[in-house]
Amino acid sequence: MTASIPATRNEALFQYLLRLADSPLVLAQRLGEWIGHGPALEEDIAQANVGLDLLGQARLWLGLAGEVEARYALAGRDEDQLAFLRDSADFRNLLLVEQPNGSFADTAARQFLFDAWHVLLLSELSRSGDARIAGIAAKAAKEATYHIERSADWVIRLGDGTDESHMRMQAAIDALWTYTGEMFTPDAIELELIDAGVAADVRSLAEPWRRHVHAVFEEATLTAPAEAFMQQGGKRGVHTEHLGHLLAEMQVLQRSYQGAHW
Amino acid sequence: MSVALVNLSNDAPEATGASAVRPSLADAWRVISEVADPEIPSVSIIELGILRGVRWDVDDPESLVVTVTPTYSGCPATEMIAASIRSALTTAGFDLLRIETSLAPAWTTDWITPEGRRKLRDFGIAPPDGAKAVTSTGAVAIDVAGISPLRRSTAAIACPRCTSKRTELLSQFGSAACKAHYRCLDCLEPFDYFKPH
Repeated sequence: MTASIPATRNEALFQYLLRLADSPLVLAQRLGEWIGHGPALEEDIAQANVGLDLLGQARLWLGLAGEVEARYALAGRDEDQLAFLRDSADFRNLLLVEQPNGSFADTAARQFLFDAWHVLLLSELSRSGDARIAGIAAKAAKEATYHIERSADWVIRLGDGTDESHMRMQAAIDALWTYTGEMFTPDAIELELIDAGVAADVRSLAEPWRRHVHAVFEEATLTAPAEAFMQQGGKRGVHTEHLGHLLAEMQVLQRSYQGAHW
Repeated sequence: MSVALVNLSNDAPEATGASAVRPSLADAWRVISEVADPEIPSVSIIELGILRGVRWDVDDPESLVVTVTPTYSGCPATEMIAASIRSALTTAGFDLLRIETSLAPAWTTDWITPEGRRKLRDFGIAPPDGAKAVTSTGAVAIDVAGISPLRRSTAAIACPRCTSKRTELLSQFGSAACKAHYRCLDCLEPFDYFKPH
């Protein structure tokens, strides 16, 4: 089967795998920034553990991406080269996950909006026609289920908490809402791979995502933002200014000492 | 991804034609059964369901192939476990060996043996409660609407120290991603709970 796949299909698959990898990778880096700064020791550890899951998932996707790249390029890059030696214009993560941590409410809101999508995406991908994608997704989906239980819990605790926490959670949701549309808008690469039975059709995730998010908002006494302009760009490498700063910190060691390992 | 042969029997048959000096598959199982999990040293990686198979390489019958599966994608112990297996087997005379990682089917706490569960409890970690349903194809059908946003756990997790079932969840992520953090309301001791996965 592999031999009959044209080079352009492998290139599309490589790009798609970068998308699957880069969102958990960038979010893991954001969560890592919280280490030592959590509001309570338990939350500090929980946040780091979620980040660790996401980092592990990103490594699996990047490893596979490198194998696919080797099929049409001179050589495939390994997971470290892909993570540490690409510039922001070559990152394919969602704009949502690169947004700064802000307050704990901002971080919890970002996590919840992402988790609600991620768990649906991975569940869908566990039925992918590509067995390697299905295998990684089935494993990651189980982890993502724990993530959304926790992040939804925080949206409710803060939304239905004090006046101050409610105000902050509502403001966080309002500010991040413009980055959620991108999650459900496939581009040409995705459409090609959806037709091939490889990629998840993200359009089909919009309605179950909306239902779940609205149910949690209701329990959290939060108001779902009205339909608004949705930012796009992550899938083609057009990022907000925040990603470059994040990568500068994440990549500094490999940029300064290329190939360093321990 | 190659699908590994899975042989969970502890008395795996010896390869035919094995010479007297050459260690057998049964020897390999015995050696690996001594390899402990780095974070839970009282439990072996066989009891945790991390070891998925041991066989001779089809293309190179002199070479041993050990298949392991990671618990969680980001588990930092995974690489250490592979290194421990390699070290133990090399010491035991298995000079040619390869360690493969198998991702599918995904690891589940259902694979932790009854003996492993007992040892977890003795170590102060409440073993996973109940079974996780996994489809035979490995596909996961997650009902997002069914995921409880509040941590309304219906299962009463027994304290591994005093066996009281009056316990409360402190955090869904404890000392490692695979464990939740609980507190016993009777003996007041905090403890880890190995989450069903």
